[in-house]
Amino acid sequence: MAENIIVARNLTKKYKDTTAVDNISFAVEAGSLFAFLGPNGAGKSTTIKMLTTLITPTSGELTLNNFDVVKDQIQVRRSFGIVFQDPSLDDQLSAYENMQLHAVLYGIPKREYKPRIEELLTLVELWERKDHMIKTYSGGMKRRLEIARGLLHHPKILFLDEPTLGLDTQTRNLLWDYVKKLNKNENMTIFFSTHYLEEAEDVAEQIAIIDHGKIVARGTSKELEKLTKTKSLEEAYLSLTGKELRDESNSGKDAIKLRMRARGGQ
Amino acid sequence: MKVIYILWLRQIKRYFRARSRVVSAIGQPLLLLIALGYGLGSVFKQAGHGNYIFFLVPGIMVQTILFSAVFFGINIIFDKQFGFLKETLVSPVSRVKILLGGAFGGATTSIFQGFFLLIMALVIGFRPYNWWMTLVSLSVLILLSVSLASFSSGIGAIVNDFQGFQAINQFIIFPLFFLSGALYPLTSAPAALRVIAAFNPISYAVDALRESLINQTHYGFTKDFIALGITTVILVAFGVYEFNKIESD
Repeated sequence: MAENIIVARNLTKKYKDTTAVDNISFAVEAGSLFAFLGPNGAGKSTTIKMLTTLITPTSGELTLNNFDVVKDQIQVRRSFGIVFQDPSLDDQLSAYENMQLHAVLYGIPKREYKPRIEELLTLVELWERKDHMIKTYSGGMKRRLEIARGLLHHPKILFLDEPTLGLDTQTRNLLWDYVKKLNKNENMTIFFSTHYLEEAEDVAEQIAIIDHGKIVARGTSKELEKLTKTKSLEEAYLSLTGKELRDESNSGKDAIKLRMRARGGQ
Repeated sequence: MKVIYILWLRQIKRYFRARSRVVSAIGQPLLLLIALGYGLGSVFKQAGHGNYIFFLVPGIMVQTILFSAVFFGINIIFDKQFGFLKETLVSPVSRVKILLGGAFGGATTSIFQGFFLLIMALVIGFRPYNWWMTLVSLSVLILLSVSLASFSSGIGAIVNDFQGFQAINQFIIFPLFFLSGALYPLTSAPAALRVIAAFNPISYAVDALRESLINQTHYGFTKDFIALGITTVILVAFGVYEFNKIESD
């Protein structure tokens, strides 16, 4: 058995009047492919934000790569790479400049990052377009670049927060093939969330389902099907989380995002 | 240092790549200078205050810096909404460095705009009374732009949408500018206006700039620089404090 690279114990995040994540515990084995599923507003994003030091837990313990996410923030940040749900590239910089900025932020010296950037951009097939501005990139290209960027500092864990959202089937397939290869060849732990359950079924070795701030089930896809006496992960998921629709609160942020998307922005 | 440098460089690159922004950022103050300068020039002269364009140049330079600071704050909100800020927030770099790198970048571009306006003013006949003193005016611009860029980063950290930022623009930036003596001499202004101006840090920036460029002053260099120094310390501290508090929502 490999050791656990992510350990959460009684993890809780409360906002003024709501409990977004309610006393959850789970562990992720080093080198595994872990899917974190749940309806909108179930506490998925909040958990990922706690894992990636973007917000601090209200209570409970959370360690990544044996570092505490609150006390050893800097070491935790060096341990993971992340592809956010929304693009987080500077679209007025070129792909190379985005990579270079990341390298400097992570304290990688130039003699190391130059060959590494070339290697990674070649891998995601963007080396030829390294000097093009990001605003000329398609959604799929941006995603590939973000994965390359997330890998630049040799992280132990790669977080992928709905990485295939809005991508076509070809790009999605390519992306998962690539992620699986990374996991196998570099023994990198992959922690991802997705709304496409067939992706989780196909890729994940372990699955956790969160709903109303609690983890309602975990196991392999087969185990979840057995548990719920269903024939696919999708059916298992629906039987665990119910069929009613969830509405996320429409914050100012979402409103702006919608407007930007309507205008054909990011 | 490398981190601050690369974040500074990012702002500079972004600035010069958005050409339309550069043109409008430079065009608007120039319009103000020419329209007000020539439009009110004769009235100003009749009142015995001398050449209005000369009087106005330092005020409009300050206006350029004020308004570009607003723009910088909007950029912070953009970074926040569209992700790039997250990339910096999850990196193993202190928030102070992230703030300072960006703020120095924003400050550099606004100083560039301020000086560009000065060059335009030279073209239409403006002359500083002593060329060496333009170096003093540079130090005024540095203090002012660094403190304003930190301030708007702090506001950008608090506010999440553009409407909120526009409100701040209306309720803070415009009054600061119009109540600062940038457009009119405080010496002959009504007492109430003078009192308000005395509490407005922008007044001291305008005054120091005016003294260094055309040798006219209301408060004197000592008061100007003390006020500017205190403002810079407070606003940088405010920016750092608010930036440290950012949590992704």
